[in-house]
Amino acid sequence: MTETPQPQAATDGAAEAFLAGGSLRHAQGPYFGAYGGRWMPESLIAALDELEDTFDKAKADPDFLAQVAELNRSYSGRPSLLTEAHRFAEHAGGVRVFLKREDLNHTGSHKINNVLGQALLAKRMGKTRVIAETGAGQHGVASATAAALLGLECVVYMGAEDCRRQALNVARMQLLGAEVIPVTNGSQTLKDAINDALRDWVANVQTTHYLLGTAAGAHPFPAMVRYFHEVIGEEAREQILDLAGRLPDAVCACIGGGSNAIGIFHGFLDDREVALYGFEAGGDGVDTGRHAATITLGRPGVLHGARSYLMQDDDGQTVESHSISAGLDYPGVGPEHAFLADIGRASYEPITDAEAMEAFRLLCRTEGIIPAIESAHALAGTLKVGQRLAAEGGDPREKIIIVNLSGRGDKDVATAAEWFDLLPEDSAEAEIGAEGEQL
Amino acid sequence: MSKSAAAIERARAEGRTALIGYLPAGFPDVQTTIDAAVALAENGVDLIEIGIPYSDPVMDGAVIQQATVEALQNGFTVRQIFDVVEGITRRTDAAVLVMTYWNPVMRMGVREFAGRLAAAGGAGLITPDLVPDEAAEWMAVSEEFGLDRVFLVAPSSSPERMQSTVDSTRGFVYAVSIMGITGARSSVSSAAREVVAAAHQAGAERACVGLGVSTAEHVREIGAYADGVIVGTALVAALRDGGVPSVAALAKDLSTGTGKG
Repeated sequence: MTETPQPQAATDGAAEAFLAGGSLRHAQGPYFGAYGGRWMPESLIAALDELEDTFDKAKADPDFLAQVAELNRSYSGRPSLLTEAHRFAEHAGGVRVFLKREDLNHTGSHKINNVLGQALLAKRMGKTRVIAETGAGQHGVASATAAALLGLECVVYMGAEDCRRQALNVARMQLLGAEVIPVTNGSQTLKDAINDALRDWVANVQTTHYLLGTAAGAHPFPAMVRYFHEVIGEEAREQILDLAGRLPDAVCACIGGGSNAIGIFHGFLDDREVALYGFEAGGDGVDTGRHAATITLGRPGVLHGARSYLMQDDDGQTVESHSISAGLDYPGVGPEHAFLADIGRASYEPITDAEAMEAFRLLCRTEGIIPAIESAHALAGTLKVGQRLAAEGGDPREKIIIVNLSGRGDKDVATAAEWFDLLPEDSAEAEIGAEGEQL
Repeated sequence: MSKSAAAIERARAEGRTALIGYLPAGFPDVQTTIDAAVALAENGVDLIEIGIPYSDPVMDGAVIQQATVEALQNGFTVRQIFDVVEGITRRTDAAVLVMTYWNPVMRMGVREFAGRLAAAGGAGLITPDLVPDEAAEWMAVSEEFGLDRVFLVAPSSSPERMQSTVDSTRGFVYAVSIMGITGARSSVSSAAREVVAAAHQAGAERACVGLGVSTAEHVREIGAYADGVIVGTALVAALRDGGVPSVAALAKDLSTGTGKG
């Protein structure tokens, strides 16, 4: 694809402030440098204003903060552990590797942090219904969970193809009382589920909150979703200081829309000696066209309400993404990541399906932890970063990496079993796996 | 002067409500779009709105989505929009606006897009996902090329936003009749009347109502308080089901509702 010069976009001066030594923490939006904003139909602007206002007031309300803290503690199980991965680390150049255990949260991933916060905001706005989009089903399950806990009606939009492949996650959402609507428009994937959720929101905005699952979309979503995930980085920073007596050399996370990554990065944004790495889904390889490496190969554009990097063709049509990991299979990325990439505060690299699956197996066998395939991208990146750190010389045991283990891999067992050819040929599971389905 | 404003004022001078018809470009192919648009102009439509098919049309309902998906599958490219506009303006005097989601314009470059649209004889842009808050570049470029900026206002627009949107608009204000997406509805929401009244109060000289309008009766009802009426989905369905002759017949029927007498 050819490169066309991009016109100078509006910018909030954040890049200049960073270069002058200013803080990057708690960026409020609507812009992150030249990214973010509200590229949305007028019909939804009032709802975004209401949400922004409610969020701003909630952040300053001790009752709200106490509610969030209590749910995090007694429902999600926070703080999540920071576990040193001794045997895995031997493959990462011998540096010390610590896993931030978001996989141990209720519902099995970091997603719960955001859905509880947003569901509480929905209640504060007097809304009785939440809608959500989901790819593999993780955010849908988390949304259905929060809705059940707080007594909200919940509707989840999910690509028809994903519904078929993730029949058990559809059943989970239904068990939790949510209605799942298969999306048959467009490419029938996550981006089309977001489109249909937005169409629902336009029509039902009086009663309905759109519980967006990642740190993307129109303002205030990117800053708000990050806010609810900041707890990951805050905890990790405190825990590493406690366990190792110093900050890490690097923090690694996987990036789809980028919510788990922005959550853990935030704790270290102003520690400029800590390198931040986001690992995107490289699919079959970034030179194959079948990938979801949005920052690596995308170009600035607007999708779903924000200006950010975007996988698009020369006509500005969104290009379909590909990844073995449904949670990273999205052709956009949160605007704050686009900004951090441009100013060089965080580095973004692709990890192929094959690299991710090798790291997946390695963590299983060295640590007895089955990671989500999304998180396996971060683990594969950690292996590379560890080897680079070790190659710098000195005692590798003096080097520290924290990797965000954003979710557990129970949902991915069928995919992994198929990938590693573990299923007997005549088993029902093999038949399901061969069709790309998950158990 | 604004081409859209001129078309609406011409209808007003003739004692009619301006009729605005929408068709997506390249459905089912570029030549049919041009022929169908010309048929609109010959059957009482004052302004023609041509949509650019886009991969993620969040403001569109099923009928228009299906049509634009088909256009893209048939190989429509954004650059062909200028062929469509030129093909229509060469054969009719109707004002031709382009309705587009913003990313295709941004991808080409706002200035290049505007220059080519103006050269093709286009009147301006209707922008469903671009609000004036994000439109600084488009505001400047549209002034440079004398193009219309049709922004949307909705039942949910606050008085402040109504004012700033009306102030940013050139041509006419697109009053969304209902909180929802495009698609024919059996009746037109009463909210439309209030949106138009608010737009007029904010100083809009021309406010046209769209979303859900599908019959001559709707046109007549809305014409009582609005300056123009926008019909989309019903025309797209007519084109899908009966080709250009059906589009011509529906336009002719809709235009019977435009008389204010």
